Amino acid sequence: MEVVFWSRMQFALTAGFHWIFVPLTIGLIMLIAVMETLYVCRGEEHWKRSAKFWMNIFAVNFAVGVATGLILEFEFGTNWSNYSWFVGDIFGAPLAIEGILAFFMESVFIAVMFFGWNRVSKRFHLAATWLTALGATLSALWILVANAWMQLPAGMTFNPDTVRHEMTDFWAVLFSPVAMNKFVHTITSCYVLGSVVVIGISAWFLLKKREAQMAKNSMLLAAVFGLLSSAVLIFTGDGSAQQVARHQPMKLAAMEGLYNGKNGVGLVAFGVLRPGVEPGERQASCSRHKGNAAADAQNSNVFWWKLELPNMLSWLAFRDGNAFVPGINDIINGCHCGLDPQSPAYIKCSFHQEIPNQVRDDSTLHPLPPPDGGGGKTLPLSERISRGKLAIHALADYTQAKQAADSAAMRTARAALDSNFAHFGYGYLSHPNQAVPNVPLTFYSFHIMVILGFAFVALFVVVLFLLYKKTVEKYRWLLYVMLWSIPLAYLASMSGWIVAEVGRQPWVIQDLMPTMAAVSRLEAGAVKLTFFLFAALFTVLLTVELRIMLKQISKYGKKT
Amino acid sequence: MLRLLRSIYSFYADGFRAMTLGRTLWVIILIKLSIMFLILRPLLFPNLLGRLDGDKARTEHVVKELTEGGTRQ
Repeated sequence: MEVVFWSRMQFALTAGFHWIFVPLTIGLIMLIAVMETLYVCRGEEHWKRSAKFWMNIFAVNFAVGVATGLILEFEFGTNWSNYSWFVGDIFGAPLAIEGILAFFMESVFIAVMFFGWNRVSKRFHLAATWLTALGATLSALWILVANAWMQLPAGMTFNPDTVRHEMTDFWAVLFSPVAMNKFVHTITSCYVLGSVVVIGISAWFLLKKREAQMAKNSMLLAAVFGLLSSAVLIFTGDGSAQQVARHQPMKLAAMEGLYNGKNGVGLVAFGVLRPGVEPGERQASCSRHKGNAAADAQNSNVFWWKLELPNMLSWLAFRDGNAFVPGINDIINGCHCGLDPQSPAYIKCSFHQEIPNQVRDDSTLHPLPPPDGGGGKTLPLSERISRGKLAIHALADYTQAKQAADSAAMRTARAALDSNFAHFGYGYLSHPNQAVPNVPLTFYSFHIMVILGFAFVALFVVVLFLLYKKTVEKYRWLLYVMLWSIPLAYLASMSGWIVAEVGRQPWVIQDLMPTMAAVSRLEAGAVKLTFFLFAALFTVLLTVELRIMLKQISKYGKKT
Repeated sequence: MLRLLRSIYSFYADGFRAMTLGRTLWVIILIKLSIMFLILRPLLFPNLLGRLDGDKARTEHVVKELTEGGTRQ
């Protein structure tokens, strides 16, 4: 277990460090492109000056961050070799496209952007800046497509001969609803982060009474861009909630600290969880059989305190304020798919419909009695664990039969594997509680992300109002708030990833492969050593970045 | 064609010569890439499956891992 823990820590550290740079690169380059467009279209020289200043900040961030993502690929080959093989070309194809097309595009045009101010025409330079922005965005697209596939496997089939997944439908992988929503949500979160950083640094200039025009112009642009991006961010966040409710109900339950589901669940705006609440300990059967009062009683000890918006979670998840939202215990006990088929909120479980090419034996699923008119079917996790073990044994049997050239045994094993493959990953679990992510971490990360996301909307509105009133410099405390919003933007961005990645634990591939099966057989001590080595290396790199960036900012416009 | 190549070369050469902040950034990039590819990758991050001879051996290794030793609990 130690090697799983340290491999996860190492991957989280590397991905987290990489993500310090990516959102600013993506967000800032868009703002720079807009500034340069204003310069080219309006001929206003101050926009060129602004664009050049922010390009310096972009350059520092890009240089320190570039290629840090490659370390993640090293880790796939070393720490996660079983996973790397098992995913096959599903993961490789999007990453290859990212490497060849997007990164190449970004690298070529970034040179024109920095070297070409007085060497190429204004319009060609502008095109290069936009193409750099497009390249950065496309890079993110392919990475997010690969990540979305892990959250909702689609467009693939498992080949037991090679023990790899093979892509059967590239477009299903690319246009998976999770991929598209995740892409837009993540990109717009980068735009918001870029906007907050620009506003924060501009506020610093105003506090120092320097470069007032550049600062106010940048603030105006960033506030408008940030506000528009926030609208899309909220819209796709809502889309995300619906996707998670359909495909990863355990993640949704952890995000909301919902142990026992009910009809008409409220959204916890914020709350403080009581420590030590264990999954499954409060009930032996499904909440929906017992009714809302019983679920409320069972949930009463989950929070110290909470502020709840009535019926909101049901509505956000299923567009029905009275819909049943399953809790952690319901999912463990197998009651989470039983919505009324007549209701517009009716959904099927991801393991019933989303994994193609699987033969499913639904006749053995448990039909639920219809206390609220529903008649859904579901499986308790203990049964999914049993079926997962059958799938793993079937894979072993298939391999042995193949080596013995016994085609009859191969057919039998293949049929058993196919009919249980949707539960394959559960076979590595020894207890249903292992399928529950870290609830406090997921819950607090989710709420920090959402609260800060709405706080940034307020920030953008206030900035626009003060700029309109021409009084922004008078409110120094607000300028300090803007400045200190920069780390909060990073906190929100990181929290979003923690929700996405910790919330889906134990899965590296939803339902098919848990971390404990994905990890390589390595010495935990060696992984621990590289973790601390990386922590030191990344600290040095981050310190260097901050020093250079702060120097660039502090010397800009300084009278000597 | 030659003229185009020459102008592309001079574009980059002049650009690199005129760099100020860029010089520092390139030093950082080169140090970082050296650490990654000359130290981290060969010493700490061997490609475990890449060491095996051919896809058949890799398949056998992963099947064994997944069916016999895949659970690290």
